[in-house]
Amino acid sequence: MSAVLLEPWHRVLSALPFAWTQYEFMRLALLAVLFISPLLGALGTVVVANRLAFFSEAIGHAAFTGIALGVIFGLSDPMWSMVPFALILTLVITWVRRRGGLSSDTAIGLVMSFTVSLGIVLLSRGGDFARYTNFLIGDMLAVTPRDVAWLAVLAVAVLAVFFFFFNRLMLASMSPALARSRARHSGAAELAFASALAVVVTLGLPWIGILVINALLILPAAAARNLARNTAQFFAWSVGISLTAGVIGLVVSFYASSATGATIVLVAMGIYVFTFAMRRPASS
Amino acid sequence: MQMPSDHAASHHGIAPHRCGECCTTLRDVGARVGGRPVLEHVDLHLHCGELTAVIGENGAGKTTLVRCLLGEIPHSGEVHFLDAARRRADSPIIGYVPQHSSFDKDAPVSVLDMFASSLAGRPACLGVSSAVRAQAREGLLRTGAEHLLDRPLGALSGGELQRVLLGLALTPVPNLLVLDEPMSGVDHSGREQFYDLLSRLRREYDLAVLLVSHDLATLARFADRLVFLDRRIVCEGPPAEVLRDQRVRAAFSLELLP
Repeated sequence: MSAVLLEPWHRVLSALPFAWTQYEFMRLALLAVLFISPLLGALGTVVVANRLAFFSEAIGHAAFTGIALGVIFGLSDPMWSMVPFALILTLVITWVRRRGGLSSDTAIGLVMSFTVSLGIVLLSRGGDFARYTNFLIGDMLAVTPRDVAWLAVLAVAVLAVFFFFFNRLMLASMSPALARSRARHSGAAELAFASALAVVVTLGLPWIGILVINALLILPAAAARNLARNTAQFFAWSVGISLTAGVIGLVVSFYASSATGATIVLVAMGIYVFTFAMRRPASS
Repeated sequence: MQMPSDHAASHHGIAPHRCGECCTTLRDVGARVGGRPVLEHVDLHLHCGELTAVIGENGAGKTTLVRCLLGEIPHSGEVHFLDAARRRADSPIIGYVPQHSSFDKDAPVSVLDMFASSLAGRPACLGVSSAVRAQAREGLLRTGAEHLLDRPLGALSGGELQRVLLGLALTPVPNLLVLDEPMSGVDHSGREQFYDLLSRLRREYDLAVLLVSHDLATLARFADRLVFLDRRIVCEGPPAEVLRDQRVRAAFSLELLP
């Protein structure tokens, strides 16, 4: 079904005079990039503003255990264990943070060390760990039409959650006390966003890679912060930079025969350095 | 998210200047933080048109009292909000001015964005509607800060930021205005101007104001009532009276004041 819908896409792109558009895997990869990079750029604004970078890093790394659970339960697609595990972990981290006592980064660090080690121990039993290295660096060129369809559904759902809670999350990033005084359920906003973030990061892992996906969440928003003077500009720059880095990185990785995720990150890093140099001073 | 209602200039339909009927009542309020009692047996009436200042040493429970009023932490005892008809108002609008030191100076956030994320349904990242822009301008007009509407928060001085935060707390006009150390890090003339403004707004909108501050000398002139807190209320009354109290003088080393 999704293969039929994609036919015009393939036809138009293969008519372009580029070597890379002649391959079906590249056309599918481009479509995946066009969905996932704006999504990461959008979520990144709240990740950067609300200091959730370490949290998203931990969710990505926890995939080791998520994959291991899938292997243990004999699931055909490890996603079926990775996503629920990421969501459970989101609940645990949110709960530990709210209980207080432990500082947020210590709590997240503990959870991350545990899930990474547990996952590596489980996956390396019998010396088989090399089978899973694809998850470390990702494989953007393995995208299937079915993946693209899922990605489209996911993008709509996540953006709905994102836009619904955006104002509360933004106010909380400015002043948590002020946000709590204006809205009764700012805790619900944080949990909803963290859950959406966990799902996006986990689903993006097989293509982008555990080691680099967090960079795609942080870099475009960090670069956008250097250019923007208000929230609308911040959002627009972040989405635009993410999209630009995604497309350029994909094409460069084709000609350089390099891993796509890491190549996109390097392009995004280049854009970040450029915006840092152009940065306007915060105070006049 | 509370919806704005900007008709409160005529305060519940009653002419401004001390309707004297509505108030916030705290009865035997207590709170624990980390299992330790931080606040005990607090009885307090906050009347509209009146500026009540809470003073006390660090750790005396001032901020805890504010957090109880905002419903942020659980407390024992009762907090009632009564409107002008003496009916219980279950979800009062509380305007809150936080300490400005808690703001991230580098964030790409304009004054308008802060209003938009507090007021509007539309996510601020997709731009701000002209209705919200007008509402924000109106809020800022109340505190003489309308020229700051499009400025980044990070570019504001301490005094300007406090005017903006006060304008936000007054949009919509609240039943109770709560300010927590609003003047930390603001210079002397800035403080005088801010308290002048606050006094004027309190009369104009007949606001009940609760202010937490260390700034005794200024409070002595602007507050209607001082409450000296040390886990419980040690003494309260008109500023001149409270500042004569030996316990207050000892706590603040007030030998210098007349």
